[in-house]
This record gives sequence, structure tokens and C-alpha cells, in this order.
Amino acid sequence: MTLALSVKNLKKRYKGGVEALKGISFDVEQGDFFALLGPNGAGKSTTIGIVSSLVNKSEGKVEIFGHDIDASISKAKKELGLVPQEFNFNQFETVYNVLITQAGYYGIPAGKAKENTEKYLRALGLWDKRDSPSRMLSGGMKRRLMIARALIHDPKLLILDEPTAGVDIELRRTMWTFLEELNQQGTTIILTTHYLEEAESLCRNIAIIDEGVIVRNSSMSSLLKQLNVETLVLDLEQALPTAPRLDGYECIRVNDYTLNVDVDKEGGVNKLFELLTAQGIKVTSLRNKANRLEELFIRLVNKQGQL
Amino acid sequence: MNNTETAVALFTLVRKEIRRFMRIWVQTLLPPAITMTLYFVIFGSLIGSRIGEMGGYDYMQYVVPGLIMMAVITNSYSNVASSFYSHKFQHCVEEILVSPMPSWVILFGFVIGGAVRGILVGILVSLLSLFFTKLHVENLFVTILVIILTALLFALAGFINAIFANKFDDIAIIPTFILTPLTYLGGVFYSLDLLPDFWRMVSMANPIVYMVNAFRYGILGVSDVDVYFSIAMIIFFVAAFTVVSLWLLHRGVGIRQ
Repeated sequence: MTLALSVKNLKKRYKGGVEALKGISFDVEQGDFFALLGPNGAGKSTTIGIVSSLVNKSEGKVEIFGHDIDASISKAKKELGLVPQEFNFNQFETVYNVLITQAGYYGIPAGKAKENTEKYLRALGLWDKRDSPSRMLSGGMKRRLMIARALIHDPKLLILDEPTAGVDIELRRTMWTFLEELNQQGTTIILTTHYLEEAESLCRNIAIIDEGVIVRNSSMSSLLKQLNVETLVLDLEQALPTAPRLDGYECIRVNDYTLNVDVDKEGGVNKLFELLTAQGIKVTSLRNKANRLEELFIRLVNKQGQL
Repeated sequence: MNNTETAVALFTLVRKEIRRFMRIWVQTLLPPAITMTLYFVIFGSLIGSRIGEMGGYDYMQYVVPGLIMMAVITNSYSNVASSFYSHKFQHCVEEILVSPMPSWVILFGFVIGGAVRGILVGILVSLLSLFFTKLHVENLFVTILVIILTALLFALAGFINAIFANKFDDIAIIPTFILTPLTYLGGVFYSLDLLPDFWRMVSMANPIVYMVNAFRYGILGVSDVDVYFSIAMIIFFVAAFTVVSLWLLHRGVGIRQ
């Protein structure tokens, strides 16, 4: 089956010599929900910029649904919808015209353009705002407008660069549901995000990029399995003056009522609680210090932790 | 893109550009109408009546074609320069760059939009001039051809300006320091015959001289230079600017890192 996106040995040197991408390769299969993660400045936006023709590549090959961006750019562009990180619509146009104009750029005739505009404005809850100038929308609405605009030509591949940045929790959940449904209907989705919980719950495959190099590329589940050590935060019933000795566990006393304990797969949680109970320490609640992907991510990009 | 899709895309871009300048008509259509009316009143009626004849016509009649041309030049230029630059500034040029439109559609979408404003202002100024003088068109074909070609040429020049512009100042510098002096010294207000030989020769290097004279020929039937040579020159510049613009777009100069 043709890949939705194939990136081979992609390099980018900006003027001034900054090497943003040092030859990255990854594939995204059709129907996938794919996360592209990395710290700020890792090269995510450069990668997305090259795939969507906003940035010139220095070297390498990119194919979107089998269409090479050098040889058949027009066909490649038709398959792709992009939701960029920054608001980039015309602030003075109405919501409706932003979509109609974008449809026109793709050569979609007026009838179909109006039909799709209504369909996607309704789907993203913006139909009532269709006559408002786009600059008057709230931050969350502006993001949804960009999603609607990216879908106007029914692309097979949708790339979202930080779609939920600055969006409140409720709206974020609604967007997740929307994207999951879209994916179930067959649209391949690539996502970059700083909310790793978002990537963990939505995405099936993942590539982690750091300093222009891909440091991991695997399925989400196999990546999460690699996580050997998790830090648990224990809330205590009674104040502890010093950190207790728990054999086989690294334990840090955060304050009188809080302990951070590193738990590896071998040790497990049962043994930890046996030790705590034996010392008469009562735990009122327990949570992960970070979600699992976040923990992995930090270990990977800091290059200090072991997996 | 197939032919129909290309036509839809070009039409969309032109429509958007026209909608833009119509929406802000107070900034785009009204100012040239007021400025040119002032020129007609001052240079044509008040001072012009004391100047007497120029090139065999009374001064008002002589100056009107030049002023129409001046309005066409500045409006075509500034429409594309400010529209395309503000697309860059607001990042909505990205909407265009991610779409499958070929470069020539992008270029001509903006250029036709700018030329339409130039021509519209030209028509508006021509109508206003009727309050001050009779406008008899000697050669309709030359008049229309020259006005369209000039509008296209300066729309292209505005596009190139916007491509290189990094801040709003950059789209004001060229009109202020190059376009306005060339226009004022381009025979809008006087016949080149009035100049000493040396300055007449220098004026011949000013491309606007050819446009103003070709247009004046279309309306009055008089020109300081050969009309067909002028038209050939304008066509040559339109072609050259088109090639340069397409190359800049293809390379992504000023719009793609």
C-alpha cells in the first residue's frame, strides 16, 4: 500500500548555517494517527514546513501518497491539509470567506466550495460565526477555523502543528474527539504537540526528534513498554521528618507529607507497599509524577536517563 | 491542476484582490480621485490658463492624459505592493503556498487585481476630468492598450517590491524615492521639447516618458517619442518583469525559507 508520507534523508540548513535537520527518515502509513514529538527547536516545524512547501529543503526526498514533492508538487499538495502553529489567515476576511477563498485556491468550483464550507464550519461549531471577521474570534475558535480551512479540499493527510496550544481543556477534549472521528473515517493524521498526554491517548505511532535527528521511531505501545522506571508521588497521612529507607527503591522526601519514589519494573509497586507498611507509613494517595510518555520523552531528549 | 481548476484558482485570487480594494475604497479609490481633482483645479484651471499652449493644445488638455497615467501607475503599483506584502506580514501567503496553484496563477492573480484597481482609478479620474475639459479620444485602440499594459507593468513592479520587502517601510521607499520622481519627470506636466538637449536625452532613459507619451498619443494624437517604439518597450518590460517575478516565486525568495 502507498505510504501516506515518506520522508527520506531530509536535510535542512538555514541561511547562516544552522542545521535544523540532519538527514531524518520516517514513514507514515495510510490511516495512521502519528505523533511527531520533540523539544522546541528540535526540527518539527521545519519538517512540517518542508512537507507542506513552506520551507525549501536542502536535501532529501518527500513523498505524499506516492507523489514526490519535487516531481509532482501539485498532486502532492492536493492530498495534504495543514493546520499551522501560528494563526495565518487573513484577519480582515470573514470566517466564511476564509474558507471559500481557500477552496478556490484548490480549484474547487463554487457549488462544492459552498457545500464544504458549510459542512466544515458546522462540524467545528463555527457556522454561527460565519459572517464575523476572523480577527474577532476567540483563540479556540481561530484554531478551529484553521482546522476547517485545512479540511476544505478533503485531504487524505492532515498535519496539525500544535493544534491544542492555548486551548482550554473542554475544547481540547472536543477537538480530540473530532480528530479521532476523522481518523476513523480514513484520514491519516500527523500531530505535533507539547501535551504528551494528547499524543499518548490519540496516536498509534510516534517519532521523537531532537536536534535534527530522529531519536526514536516506533509504535506508541512498544515505546511505552520500554519505560522501565516511573516516578510515583506518594501523599502521606502523617508527617515524616526524614526520607525512609526503602531497599531497592530510590526515594526522595519532597516535603513532610510527600515522597517521590522511582519504581522500576523489577521492583514493582507491591513490594514498595510492603516496605512502607512495615515501617508504618500510611499512604493516602498515589499518582505518577509525569505521564508515561512524558517520562520517556524527558529521558530520551535529556539523554541522561536509561530506558 | 486541470484547466478548470486553474481558472477557478485564478478567478478566486483576482476576486479576492478586487474585494480587498473595494472594501477599503476610502484608502484606495477616494484618495486618487481627490488628488487628481486638485491637480485639475490647480494646474489645469488656475495656473494652466496662464501657461497657454503645450504641444499645440491648451495646458489643461495636455496635462489630463499625463495625470490619468500617473494615477494608473501609482495605484497599480501600490495595490500589489501593499496587498502582497500584507499577505507576507499576516502570514496568509502560506494559504497560497500550501495550495496547488502554479506560480504563474499566484503572480497573475495579484497582478490582474492590481491592474484592475489602476484601470478603475484611471476611468474614475478620466470621468472627473470631464468636469474641467473635453476628452476627445484620438486613437481608442492605442489608449486602451497602453493603459492596460502600463497597469500590468506597474502591478508587476509592485509585486517584485513586495517580494523583497521585509517591513512596511520597504514598500514606501520605492514609490517615494523612485516612482514619484520618475513620474513627475516623465513628461506628465510638460513636453520634453521644453527641456535643454542634455536633459531631454536624460529623460529618454526614463521608461515612464514612453508610457505617458504613448497614452497622450492615444488621446490627443501628439507624442514626444515614437508611439510604436513606446508600446514595444512597455511590452518588453512586462515580459521581463514577468520572467523575473516567476523566477523569484519559483525560488521562494522572500516567502519561503
